[in-house]
Amino acid sequence: MNGMVARSIKNAGMMILMGVATLLVLTPLILIFFHIVKEGAGAINLDFFTQIPNPPGESGGGMANGLVGSAILLFMASLFGIPTGIFGALYLSEYEGNRLANIIRFSADVLSGVPSIITGLVAYTLIVVPMHGFSALAGAVALGLIIIPIVLRTTEEQLKMVPGTLREASLALGVSFWRTTLQVTLRSALKGIVTGILLSIARVAGETAPLLFTTLGNQFWGRKLTEPMAALPLQIFNFAISPYADWHRLAWAGALVLVVIMFGLSLVARLFGRQKPMT
Amino acid sequence: MNQFHYDSVEATVSHDEQVRDIDSARGFSGDRIFKMITLGFASSIILILLLITVGMAVESVPALKQFGWKFITGSNWDAVQGQFGALPYIWGSIVSSLLAIIIATPLSVGTALFITEIAPGKLGGAIASLVELLAAIPSVIYGLWGILVMAPWLQRTVEPFLVDHFGFLPFFRGAPYGVGMLAAVIIIMIMIIPIITSITKEVLLAVPKSQKEAAVALGATRWETIRMAVLPYGRSGILGAVVLGLGRAIGETMAVTMVIGNAPQISLSLLDPAYTMPSVIANEFAEATSKLHSAALMEIGLILLVLTLLINIMARVLIWGVTRQRSAGGHI
Repeated sequence: MNGMVARSIKNAGMMILMGVATLLVLTPLILIFFHIVKEGAGAINLDFFTQIPNPPGESGGGMANGLVGSAILLFMASLFGIPTGIFGALYLSEYEGNRLANIIRFSADVLSGVPSIITGLVAYTLIVVPMHGFSALAGAVALGLIIIPIVLRTTEEQLKMVPGTLREASLALGVSFWRTTLQVTLRSALKGIVTGILLSIARVAGETAPLLFTTLGNQFWGRKLTEPMAALPLQIFNFAISPYADWHRLAWAGALVLVVIMFGLSLVARLFGRQKPMT
Repeated sequence: MNQFHYDSVEATVSHDEQVRDIDSARGFSGDRIFKMITLGFASSIILILLLITVGMAVESVPALKQFGWKFITGSNWDAVQGQFGALPYIWGSIVSSLLAIIIATPLSVGTALFITEIAPGKLGGAIASLVELLAAIPSVIYGLWGILVMAPWLQRTVEPFLVDHFGFLPFFRGAPYGVGMLAAVIIIMIMIIPIITSITKEVLLAVPKSQKEAAVALGATRWETIRMAVLPYGRSGILGAVVLGLGRAIGETMAVTMVIGNAPQISLSLLDPAYTMPSVIANEFAEATSKLHSAALMEIGLILLVLTLLINIMARVLIWGVTRQRSAGGHI
C-alpha cells in the first residue's frame, strides 16, 4: 500500500513537471507574439506601405521598396523553384522503388537541413562572382534553391495519395502513361500541391541570411534585376541593429507585416487545401 | 492501401514497357521523353547538393592551402594582417548549440508528452497548433525581439542577479552587456523548441495503443505507462528530433548574429560576447575585399556545411528508422 502512495506521488510530480515544461515553452513564444503585435501596431501607418526609408535620424518613412522587392524575389524564386520541385516529385512518385529515387529523396531531406546562409554562399559563387556585382537575381536563385526540396517533398506526398485505381482507369482506356500522369494523377493532387507551394513560399518569405550577400539590400527603389534590391527581412535586420529609435519602430512594423503576410499565406493555403478525402 | 499502391505501380511500369514498344514503332516515345524530363528535374537535387559541396570546397582552397589545420586550431582572426584562425567561431557555435539543446530537450519532450498523453483533447491540440505557428516565425524576427526586448531585460535583471549570487562560478563573471553567449543560448533554445516538440509529438502519436494498454492493464500509473511503454518505443525518433534540432541550432544565423555580441573570443563566462560560424559569414562576407578573407569565410562555411550534413544524415536515418518501425508495428 505504501508503494502505491509513493507511486501516486511520483506520478503527480511528473504530471506537474510536464505542465511546467509546457508553460515554460509557451511563455517566451507568447511574449514574442505579444511584442510583435503591440510594437508593430503602434508603428504602422499608411507611410509604411507607400514610402521608402528616410535617412537615419529623420522620422517617418516606410518600407515600400522592401515589400515590392520581397515580392519580386519570391516570384522569381518560384519561377524556377516550383517547376523543378513538381517535375522532380513526379519522377519520385511515379517511378518509385528504384534506388536512384531513394537517393534523391534522401538528398532532398538533407538539402532542406542545410543552413540557409550556405545557400547564399552558393548563389554568391554562381551568380554574383561571374556577374561582378550583387543582384536581385542572385537573391532569387538563393531562395529558389531553398524552395526546391520543400516543394519536391510535399508534392510527392500529395501525388502518392492519388489512388492507383485512378491511374489504372486512365491507362485501361489507352491513355499513354505520360498523359495519365499529367492529366489524371497531377490534376487529382493539384489542390494539395498548391497548398504545399503556398506554405513553402510563406516559409521562404522571411529568409534573411541567404539575401545578405546576394541581393544585398537597397535604401532606394531597385530598377533592374541585375542591381541590388531591397527586401523586407533585410530591412528588418538592418533597422533592428541600428541605434536609431525611429528605425527600430520601422523594424517592428516590418516584423508585424511580415508575420501577417506569412500567416495569411498559410491560412489561405490551409483553407484552399481543405478538400474531401478521396476514396 | 500501401500494398495496393505498389501493385499498381508495377502494373503501370509493365504498361509503360508496352506503350514504349508501340510508340517507338511509331517513331515517337512520349513516355520515354517524359521519364527523362522528370528524371532530369529530380536529379537536379543531387546536382545541387554536389554543387554546394564542391563549389564551397573549391572556393576555400586559398585558405586551405595557406593555413592547413592551423585554420581550425588558430584563434587569431585579423583581416588586415591576413591571419585567419576559426577556433573562436567553432567554439561559439558548438557551445551555444549544445547548451541550447541540453535545455531545450527536456522542455520539448515534456511539452510533447503534455500534448499527447495528459491533454490529448482540445487543449493539447490548441497548444500544438500554437507551437507550430511559432515555428514559422522567421529568424530575423526572433532576433529583433532578442535585441530590443530580451537583451535589455537580461542586462538589467537577469545578469546582475547571476553575478551577485553565482559570481563565484567562472560561468557568470564579467560585466552584464545583455548581448552575449547567454542571450544566444536562450534565443536558440526558444527557436528550436517548436521544431523538437512537433517532431517528438508525431513520434509519440505513432506509439501503438496496444503498448500503452498493456502497461495500463498491468496497473501502471500514467507516468509509469509513459516511462515503460511510450518513451522506449519512441526513443530513436525522439533522438532523431533532438539531432535535427541540433542541426538547426548550429546553422541558426540571423537571430544569433543579432544577440551574441559578435566578439571572436573564447571565454568560459556566459555573460561575455562571443561569435559563431554563421554569424561571422553573415557579418563579414559582403565586405570581404581580399581573396584570402573570402576564402577563409568560405572555409568556415565548408566546416559548417560538413557538420550540418553529418548531423542531418544522422537525424534522417534515426527518423526513417522509426517510420519503418511504425509500419512494421502496425501489423502486430
